[in-house]
Amino acid sequence: MTRLNARIPEGPVAEKWTAYKSGCKLVNPNNKRKLDIIVVGTGLAGASAAASLGQLGYNVKVFCYQDTPRRAHSIAAQGGINAAKNYQNDGDSAYRLFYDTIKGGDYRAREANVYRLAEVSNQIIDLCVAQGVPFAREYSGLLTNRSFGGAQVSRTFYARGQTGQQLLLGAYGALSRQIAAGNVTLFNRRDVLDMVLVDGKARGIIVRNLVTGEIERHAAHAVVMANGGYGNVFFLSTNAMGSNVTPAWSAYRKGAMFANPAYTQIHPTCIPVHGDAQSKLTLMSESLRNDGRIWVPAKLKDVERLRSKEVKPSDIAEADRDYYLERRYPAFGNLVPRDVASRAAKERCDAGFGVGSTGVAVYLDFADAIKRKGHDTIDSLYGNLFQMYQQIVAESPYETPMMIYPAVHYTMGGLWVDYELMTTIPGLYAIGECNFSDHGANRLGASALMQGLADGYFVLPYTIGNYLAAEIHTPRFDTASSEFTIAAQAVTDRLKAIKNSGAKESVDHFHRRLGRIMWEYCGMARNEAGLNEALYLIAELRKEFAQGVKIPGGLDEYNPELEKACRVADFIDLGELMVRDALQRRESCGGHFREEFQTSEGEALRNDDEFAFVGAWEYKGRDAAAELHREELQFNEIKLSQRSYK
Amino acid sequence: MNFTLKIWRQKNAGTKGQIVSYDVTAISPDSSFFEMLDTLNQKLIMSGGDPVSFDHDCREGICGTCSLYINGRPHGPEKGVTTCQLHMRSFKDGDTIHIEPWRAKAFPVISDLIVDRSAFDKIIQAGGYVSVNTGGVPDANTIPVPKEKSDEAFDAATCIGCGACVAACSNAAAMLFIGAKVSHLALLPQGQVEAAKRVEKMVACMDELGFGNCSNTYACEAECPKGISVSNIARMNREFLSSKLFAEKEKIIQDSF
Repeated sequence: MTRLNARIPEGPVAEKWTAYKSGCKLVNPNNKRKLDIIVVGTGLAGASAAASLGQLGYNVKVFCYQDTPRRAHSIAAQGGINAAKNYQNDGDSAYRLFYDTIKGGDYRAREANVYRLAEVSNQIIDLCVAQGVPFAREYSGLLTNRSFGGAQVSRTFYARGQTGQQLLLGAYGALSRQIAAGNVTLFNRRDVLDMVLVDGKARGIIVRNLVTGEIERHAAHAVVMANGGYGNVFFLSTNAMGSNVTPAWSAYRKGAMFANPAYTQIHPTCIPVHGDAQSKLTLMSESLRNDGRIWVPAKLKDVERLRSKEVKPSDIAEADRDYYLERRYPAFGNLVPRDVASRAAKERCDAGFGVGSTGVAVYLDFADAIKRKGHDTIDSLYGNLFQMYQQIVAESPYETPMMIYPAVHYTMGGLWVDYELMTTIPGLYAIGECNFSDHGANRLGASALMQGLADGYFVLPYTIGNYLAAEIHTPRFDTASSEFTIAAQAVTDRLKAIKNSGAKESVDHFHRRLGRIMWEYCGMARNEAGLNEALYLIAELRKEFAQGVKIPGGLDEYNPELEKACRVADFIDLGELMVRDALQRRESCGGHFREEFQTSEGEALRNDDEFAFVGAWEYKGRDAAAELHREELQFNEIKLSQRSYK
Repeated sequence: MNFTLKIWRQKNAGTKGQIVSYDVTAISPDSSFFEMLDTLNQKLIMSGGDPVSFDHDCREGICGTCSLYINGRPHGPEKGVTTCQLHMRSFKDGDTIHIEPWRAKAFPVISDLIVDRSAFDKIIQAGGYVSVNTGGVPDANTIPVPKEKSDEAFDAATCIGCGACVAACSNAAAMLFIGAKVSHLALLPQGQVEAAKRVEKMVACMDELGFGNCSNTYACEAECPKGISVSNIARMNREFLSSKLFAEKEKIIQDSF
């Protein structure tokens, strides 16, 4: 068994970060100039890290597949960002945010990391406001908040339904400033296809220039992965079309452990699937659950009448509606955490009470809220979301309830990192959604933005110095060295192999098939037989992919099908690891629901005695099974209990 | 639904392009415009053809990646939406649809319908931010901002940087894009410290990059998927003028010593 040492500082949880900062090594400004750092990704984590590291004086190279850093998918986050400011005087504190996050994650996250996250959350808000992020305000001119799932205080800061956009543009501004100052160099339209180790340390990456097809080598003293989540393994998700696991996966193949891959967040409020040509799913912000009430008909007879359009939703009498979240969870009602809300929707639809033409949808109804608060107030809170819904579905949520259904949204699993956010490869860091560290088995709403920016602005700039302080005598690396040459050749060979396979079906064909397998067997509910079936199906799919993916065009030109093929090849391997992880975790927790392990009321049943650990997988080669390592989770501050939102 | 597509095909920046005609059939009216193009590309790939390159990513109208000129209008016929939010129900069965890339000197074609918009990054790098460092900022609530101002700043800040304003403009001007960023920051107390320098630097950068000038046709506002108002251009002009006047005044004072 390897050594998973999280390197958590000693002392009480509330003092660990302060103690760490006082004790960590520093790099003097003259030496920072001699040190290079590669950052992969320009979402909230990547952009904030690159900007902050550039500001400190390091030489930073930042990479994104998009045409500009401002388009990273953090831009699409809608609802908000949490912070323990307690501006509402409703009893919030760093401890409460910490507690809610641990509980929301179903007691599968590391206490020390989560406490630090809660602790730095306030600084994020201060910085973003100073950058000019236009958060929502009261008439007093001061900031306002709203509530989000899994919390009983109002701690979410927001910018209408476009919080991610405004935060990312703030970070993009900071990044642009460092680019202009010459501290950061931007490489856009690049896919990071492999990483390079020299003497066991992360020293560089191999990238493909997406416009010219050129294979480039880039070296640095440290590498930071910030490439986001892997939800696109399901083909249909709320991720952007280009979101992919490839940079993190290349790190996994080089020895970085991948933790908790099975923890997937299925977001309860998305626009339902419309048909076979569907290419992606659209999220409707969780903030809608502040005012929207979720229901399905209580009688099957009404379900029929609704489907045949004999009656409208508004014709269903109050007594004939089942507000199932309010019924099952009176304390939190419509604001239960995402995993709970998603499963409850699935349960109703599986029981035959689903609405819409497919029967795979539930209502999210604003009639009461519009009556209570008025059309204008609702418009100011959710106007852009209502508009977005109407554009896609051609129905107005002002007149008829929205129809929603859960969809893949976020992945809690990712590269295993220690307290310093370093992976098991020295000098390789992972920040934001691509690491596993803060959300346990389920992420609370408005916590992804918080974590991405906490990692990038306020954690990594300290912890990376602690590593780089020992690297000041290491000269810049020659990319003509054998390590780089071998890695670059391997990438070229891989691209050629993909291009020259049997050419039977398109990349999308394989990706859709993979998505169906994952959704069916490793989605909202999993069981042993299904997971074993998935292993078989994925193995078949991998074989067929290797022998028959059809790629038009050449290697040395703009070739989006080739890009997609590289990503899908990695998704197939990742899919298998997710299934293996779901199989080994014989308990239900958060986003991982094993049907064999549930309470008599259908709630997730954890097994803390056997499974209070982080499952980190080590790559053992192409044809060998990955090896599971355990990081036992210590709960010193918070008592483990069954999560209850009743 | 069935459509005839007339699409601009151009291998890369170095080759000449041309319009090529394609037919697509059995498209659901609920499909998005890109799902319709996906269908075409799947057909092209399987028949040994070359799929059409187009920029797209979030497919929910916020990342600003998509950029098609559809039937002579950026982002197509619907007001206030990006191409990725456009659905085929906005067209009539049997329609012929013309699809071209953005056309502007500062946005050269990369491949087919994809253009290079890195000029926008350069404009932001010239000064489209508040120069604060990470760390060392005051508590967020020590900077009160009147709600009306904050809302107005937000309206300007919703720009997604897609470039439709440039594509729509007969002069290929980037004034709405820059005006939006200048306004967003000039309306907030945080942005005022550098307001004069910011507008000067961003305008100078715009001129250097080969964008044209504004001749008040308001085509940019009409085609902006986020409804950014031309009043932002007016505010930018005011900011620009006052920065020049201020500089002039400073110079006179300096010279008098």
